[in-house]
Amino acid sequence: MNQITQYLWETHIPGGCHWSGIVRRGTTLRLTDAAGGANAAVLFYNLEEKLERYNMADTLKTQHTFHLTKGHACHSDMGRVFCCITEDTAGWNDTVCGLSDAELIHQKFGLGRYQELRNDMYRSGLDGMLVELGKWGLGRRDVVPNINFFSKVTAGPSGELQFHVNHSKARDYVDLVFVMDTLVVLSAAPHPLDPAETYHPGAIDLAVFPSPSAAENACTHIAENARALENTRRLYAYGGEK
Amino acid sequence: MSTENLVKSTLNPDLAVVNEICAAGEPWVKEIKKGQTFRIVDLEGNQAVDTLFYNAQDAMERYSASDTIRRQHSLYLTTGSKLYSNFGNVMLTITADTCGRHDTVGGACAAESNTTRYAPDKYPMHSCRDSFLHALAHDPVCERLGMSKRDIPANINFFMNVPVTEEGNLEFADGVSAPGKYVEMRAEMDVVVLISNCPQLNNPCNAYNPTPIRLLIWPRM
Repeated sequence: MNQITQYLWETHIPGGCHWSGIVRRGTTLRLTDAAGGANAAVLFYNLEEKLERYNMADTLKTQHTFHLTKGHACHSDMGRVFCCITEDTAGWNDTVCGLSDAELIHQKFGLGRYQELRNDMYRSGLDGMLVELGKWGLGRRDVVPNINFFSKVTAGPSGELQFHVNHSKARDYVDLVFVMDTLVVLSAAPHPLDPAETYHPGAIDLAVFPSPSAAENACTHIAENARALENTRRLYAYGGEK
Repeated sequence: MSTENLVKSTLNPDLAVVNEICAAGEPWVKEIKKGQTFRIVDLEGNQAVDTLFYNAQDAMERYSASDTIRRQHSLYLTTGSKLYSNFGNVMLTITADTCGRHDTVGGACAAESNTTRYAPDKYPMHSCRDSFLHALAHDPVCERLGMSKRDIPANINFFMNVPVTEEGNLEFADGVSAPGKYVEMRAEMDVVVLISNCPQLNNPCNAYNPTPIRLLIWPRM
């Protein structure tokens, strides 16, 4: 495991909870599955123009992939890259299954209100996202297909989906090297296809550290990513800066 | 559900209340009432039809790729597939399909993604996003609903073949469609359909030759 001695900041997101914040270009966000079996539903928005957002289709078709892992980049709808995945110890992150919603959580786990459970209440992925998006003036119109880090879903020959239980183990982590100033919105609620019968979603640890020099080159073996990184560089091109 | 389900329609085109041609590279917008049946015909074969649906009263409710995929545990669309909204409502149900497979993950082409996928000098080429934005700027239905780029999520690609392997790779394969193949769906609520008849020339999704489509709507049975 790549030991980083000094983080710029760290925070702990209990299972089911949600978070949003800014991650700057030149820094790396490490998502860690604290105890195994977590799901981190994540969306990215360009901080300067939040209409520019993570785009599932462009991310998949530019890299001819259905899943995301080390060496892949997360693309916006504007031909640019938010971040490159430079480490992924679990090896597969789901791109198509979206978010759990309140109806699904209620059907699977029953009623889990704050009144009885306090902060162990049952939260859904969509509602967590909507709360975080609301803090930035965003809402339902800005919810698009998200990445589910730590969750593995494969497709059979006729497109039938299979969720792989226990895919991610305790302390598995993903490193995201950011090349754009990004609003990151995250929910640690259950993956919508997770067959767990009780509501115990896993916690996520977040940590940010300065990116190693040229770390984003880990994804430029794909020519499409190199072109998208050049598009991203142009976003920040101004006098005096190379 | 997820396997190809080839079903022919019994509807008579002479009884359709809408029967129009949409040329390659053009958008098309129409309201479809609950209970009406909507058919898209791939007139010359291997033509990707980028399609979005909206609640006819409020565009905040719209077709959701991830809801459609996760609620049916299936990546592809065919007869019997339901098209879900981001509110979890069934917007339309596919009732006939002579093609057998339609894509949910390939999205729409755009000037910007053409620069990354192919080359920086592809930026000026016509794209589905340009057609969508043209429609949002001109169509009175889109104007009434107050739609903007914010309201363009991941779309369906009817007649497009994007096979996903068990190892997690994704390909843009030659189409499984052919001249005259069609897909038909029943509206389960009042919807607006927004189509871009795809102008992409850089990959085989339109067999390198974008062609017209026919669009028909039948009254409620």
